Amino acid sequence: MAEFLSLHDAVARYVQDGATVAMEGFTHLIPFAAGHEVIRQKKRDLTLIRMTPDIIYDQLIGAGCAKKVIFSWGGNPGVGSLHRLRDAVEKGWPHKIEILEHSHAAMACAFEAGAAGLPLAVLRGYVGSELPSVNDQIKFIECPFTGERLAAVPSVRPDVSIVHAQRADRQGNVLVEGIVGVQKEAVLAAKHSIVTVEEIVDDLKAHPNACVIPSWAISAVAVAEKGALPSYTHGYYGRSNRFYKEWDAIARDRDTFTKWLDDNVYRAEENA
Amino acid sequence: MSLEYTSSEMMSVTAARALENGTTCFVGIGLPSEAANLARLTHAPDVVLIYESGTLQTKPDILPLSIGDGELCESALTTVAVPEMFRYWLQGGKVNVGFLGTAQIDRFANLNTTLIGDYKAPKVRLPGGGGAPEIATNAGEVFITLKHSKRAFVKDVDFVTTLGFGRDGKGRDNVPNIGKGPTRVITDLCVMKPDPDTKELVVVSLHPGVSREDVMEATGWEVRFAAQLESTPEPSEKELEILRELKARTERAHAGE
Repeated sequence: MAEFLSLHDAVARYVQDGATVAMEGFTHLIPFAAGHEVIRQKKRDLTLIRMTPDIIYDQLIGAGCAKKVIFSWGGNPGVGSLHRLRDAVEKGWPHKIEILEHSHAAMACAFEAGAAGLPLAVLRGYVGSELPSVNDQIKFIECPFTGERLAAVPSVRPDVSIVHAQRADRQGNVLVEGIVGVQKEAVLAAKHSIVTVEEIVDDLKAHPNACVIPSWAISAVAVAEKGALPSYTHGYYGRSNRFYKEWDAIARDRDTFTKWLDDNVYRAEENA
Repeated sequence: MSLEYTSSEMMSVTAARALENGTTCFVGIGLPSEAANLARLTHAPDVVLIYESGTLQTKPDILPLSIGDGELCESALTTVAVPEMFRYWLQGGKVNVGFLGTAQIDRFANLNTTLIGDYKAPKVRLPGGGGAPEIATNAGEVFITLKHSKRAFVKDVDFVTTLGFGRDGKGRDNVPNIGKGPTRVITDLCVMKPDPDTKELVVVSLHPGVSREDVMEATGWEVRFAAQLESTPEPSEKELEILRELKARTERAHAGE
């Protein structure tokens, strides 16, 4: 059964220095409140996995939490670069980070394989791409039945996955609606999981085929109202496209970024 | 000539016209998304647009800023998980056309969205592959649209993120279960298609008012022109009106958020 914890306590208990952490949410339901809590608790040497690092990992990288980032598309969607990611990769600020990059298809398959308890994912991928020459975790195997050459990548098995969702019921069962990304896969693939939710309700009112993650498959549920902003929560609030555009200027400069972090993360009250 | 339009509008309209009604199209964000939605709002009302966020058959009223904007989900027939999107719908062979943008493209239509310079010490780090590497090989064919410039159109890309026809033009030869690859490249100056034999991109159509020299100047290799070089038809008044309305709606919506 999932335990109801404050966001502070959930992060303190399950995110250890040096851990492999996946904070998922494909543009939608990005767990920003949890990311900020990780920054406030000054977690270090994390291996951060996310298909789209997005602003959330830009912030964690700039705050010095990351040792390594595993990703498949590292931009600010529709805006441009993730400047903190680039500064770390290109100039080593605040310190050098390792990167390991995949394609979306490979990462999605790797999360699914992790959830399925398999050591690897197989896909018809990376044909003609030079990504395998810079990522030694991409291999090719021969199909034992047809002989076709297929790509193989190791499954994603995080120490802890963190996702955001609309709501949980009082037993800690969670409903995820809208663009569901790889959130369910991330939770099921991980040793531990934290799900932040907009609210706790008596009844999830879920359709029979809705994306529901059972309480007993989750380690901790924490309430984080507006916990996905500036990304969005389908049915609750929209994406702040304006903030995504503003982030470009904030993140471009180390001092502006540091001040933003001080004002908006370190000095912000935890809302859980 | 009575109509006034920009080269960007010319590019979007030409890219939109490439999509036939009824096509199932896996849409990249940015220029491809603009073109695909313009097609849907003009000559191709039954085009099926799919975005990698899992939104199937989506009909956004405004252009999404990100690949996973709420608008895409709310206007979709259904939304599936991202692994399902890539495995069943793309890899499963349900997509006719992949519509992509890129930062760099070379003469064999290989795409680079990874970096400029050397991998270990990049001059400019770009976002990376995203969905493109598998869209380009698993979709039936690929359309590419981007602005023409010497920085973008290079003889050899710094890094092959996504296969066009490989560094020698033979990258798809004898590969089983692979799509046709890039069949046209639409820019603000012209339309290019791969030579049937060598797979090198050749200019097949010049936009109105654009000269061969303009294209040569904006291309990083000695670009060839088709023997039967055509002139791209101008946008119609209706296409321009719908495109401008779409962009104005989009700007208003994004500014207000």
